[in-house]
This record gives sequence, structure tokens and C-alpha cells, in this order.
Amino acid sequence: MTAIATQPLTGAYTADPVHSSFAFAVRYMGVSTFRGTLDGVTASLTAGPDGVALEGAAQVESISIRAPQQFRDHVLSADFFDVASHPRVVFRSTDVALGDDGRAKVDGELTIRGVSLPVRAEGTWAPEAETLSGRRAHLSLETTVDRTAYGLAWNADLPSGGKALANDVTLTIELALVATAPTEA
Amino acid sequence: MRVLGLSGSLRRGSHNRALLRAAAAALPTGVELVTWDRLAELPAYDEDLDEALGPALEPVRALRAAIAAADALLIATPEYNASLPGALKNALDWASRPYATNPLHGKPAAVVGASTGLFGAVWAQAEGRKVLAAIGADVLERELPVGQAQEAFDAGGRLRDPELRAALDVLVGDLVDRAHQSAAAHVAEAA
Repeated sequence: MTAIATQPLTGAYTADPVHSSFAFAVRYMGVSTFRGTLDGVTASLTAGPDGVALEGAAQVESISIRAPQQFRDHVLSADFFDVASHPRVVFRSTDVALGDDGRAKVDGELTIRGVSLPVRAEGTWAPEAETLSGRRAHLSLETTVDRTAYGLAWNADLPSGGKALANDVTLTIELALVATAPTEA
Repeated sequence: MRVLGLSGSLRRGSHNRALLRAAAAALPTGVELVTWDRLAELPAYDEDLDEALGPALEPVRALRAAIAAADALLIATPEYNASLPGALKNALDWASRPYATNPLHGKPAAVVGASTGLFGAVWAQAEGRKVLAAIGADVLERELPVGQAQEAFDAGGRLRDPELRAALDVLVGDLVDRAHQSAAAHVAEAA
């Protein structure tokens, strides 16, 4: 349905780590929402005649849960990320559609804890602009994944009924893309 | 009117002691919160020891007297392995004997809890209510899980989250109401 711009972006871009983020949100105790980020994000986007390709990775160790140690240890343990065996979360696109209306749709494969599953993320993009710090574009994406499908299976029964932690986790990805090479004339 | 506060955590800088202080600040005028901080002085409960010299053991006597002298009990507990800390359970075991005349019998009681994880000792609180009910206390069903406790209090010792603060006010208010009702019933009985 979405009209596709002929050449929305051109060339290669890398994500500026300071202005990019990989955030997650999960409901717990049925009523509250816990939010966090993986701060160590690298990503690259390549736009060429064959379309747009997006690749990214985030270091699990960079998770924003730093204290208390017991909480961090639990999240990094085999109950959740199993960071010792799977230090990175990886994404690789199979299809990227950037619409004229500013909407973005990215299909690809998300690998967490060694499990690769197809995902579709949707959001918005901003076309390239000349800025003080070079040629920049932006991509904002959101998707929801079932953490248990990736083996992040920990849960517990609440004493009053229900489960301690929801299975659905909302992922929000912000990529501040900086052009790495001059556009060919 | 007096509420006795027991913290299930023994360590200095305990988040649960902070929670008791926040509860004390939420009490209406004319109600005081007194804490009993000597859980670590109680020996492991042993029926032989209790029979031989229970009342002669000063910390045991002091605990039972502190409960008897209070109109209500407020426990603030952390969670150890999804349950109550041993020292707190041990104190409740000492307080519960002899069962027929134990000072917790019919006493209004509530359990709150703080933990550094997300879940605010919710399982320990449920265990606490279960144990208190078994002892015969008049237990409030309400709970107050304070998660991520290292960030939960402001410099003035108040709970930062307005919803949690309101929930603590309600819980403390319910406990005091229950204590007033219980006191009125005792007066009626005596008359």
C-alpha cells in the first residue's frame, strides 16, 4: 500500500552510538512496566540499487540494569540472556521499506540468545539532511517479541494469582544514521 | 495507640527499616510506631528451651512484651529465597507460643515489604500473612510491594512513587482502624 520512494537514502550509514538506542519494556506484576536499554549498539544501513539493508547488534553486557548486582546477575544469567554463551543481540534485515509518507517497515531476523526468529518492525524514518555533524538520517522502529520464544523463560506465580513477568516485550530502536562516505556524483 | 514495627532485615541501611520509618510518618496523630530491633538476639526456637526457660530468656520476654503492649503489628520484610528471612520467622515462632495465650492472637497485623528487585518482596509478604494468620492474628489482606528499593525513597525518607505513598497511607490507615475497632471491642467485653 505504501508508496516507496525511489531513492530515499543513498550509500552507507552507520549508527551514531550516542544518539541511538535499543530499548525494551516489559510489564511485571500485571500492573507495572519496567524499561531498560542496551546501550552498546552498532548498526549500519546500506542503500543501493538493490534496496536498503539494515544490520545491527547490541552488547547484552551494556544493559542498563547495573545495580543491584543480584538483579543484574539474574538478568544476565541463563534464566534470561545467558550472556556467557550469547553476548550479543543481532538483527539482519531481509526487506526494508521506507515510504514517502515517512513510515518505515523492516522485516528481518532477530537473534537473541542464539535463537533467530523473523520479526517485523514498524516506525518512521527521516530522510537525509546536511547537519553540522555530517549527512544524517534517522530510523525509529518498534516491534513486540515473545521473550520465551528466545528462551528468556523465567517467570514465577504471583501469590495473588497471575504471573510475575509478561512474555511480550516491546522493543524500541532509534538509529541516528550518519553517512560514512560521500555520495557519488 | 501504639503500632509495633518489626523489620525482617537486620542489616544497617535496611530498606525495610526505611519503609517502617515511612509508615511511621504516615500514621495519624496520637498513634506511635515503636520498632523492636532485636531479632538477632533471639535463639533458634526450641520447644525444650521455651519450656525450660522461655520467659527467663530476656529477648524472648522483651519480644512478647513488646507485642502485648502494642495495639497492632506492622512487619516490613525483605525476601530471601521467595520467603521470609529466617530471623523474622523465628521471632514469630517465639511470639506464637504458648499458642492459647500468645500475644499475637486477635492482634491487627499487616505486612509490607521492600526489595531491590522488581517485585518488592511480594512472595515474602504473602508468606508473612500466612504465618500471622496461622498464629491467630487479625491479618490485613492488603500488601505493599516496594521494588527497586535502592531508588524508592527520597532524601526525606518518603516513598518517591506517589501511588506507593498513597497505598502505604491506605494500608496504615486500615491497620489503625482495625486496631481502634479491636480496642473498642475489648472495652465492650470488659464492660
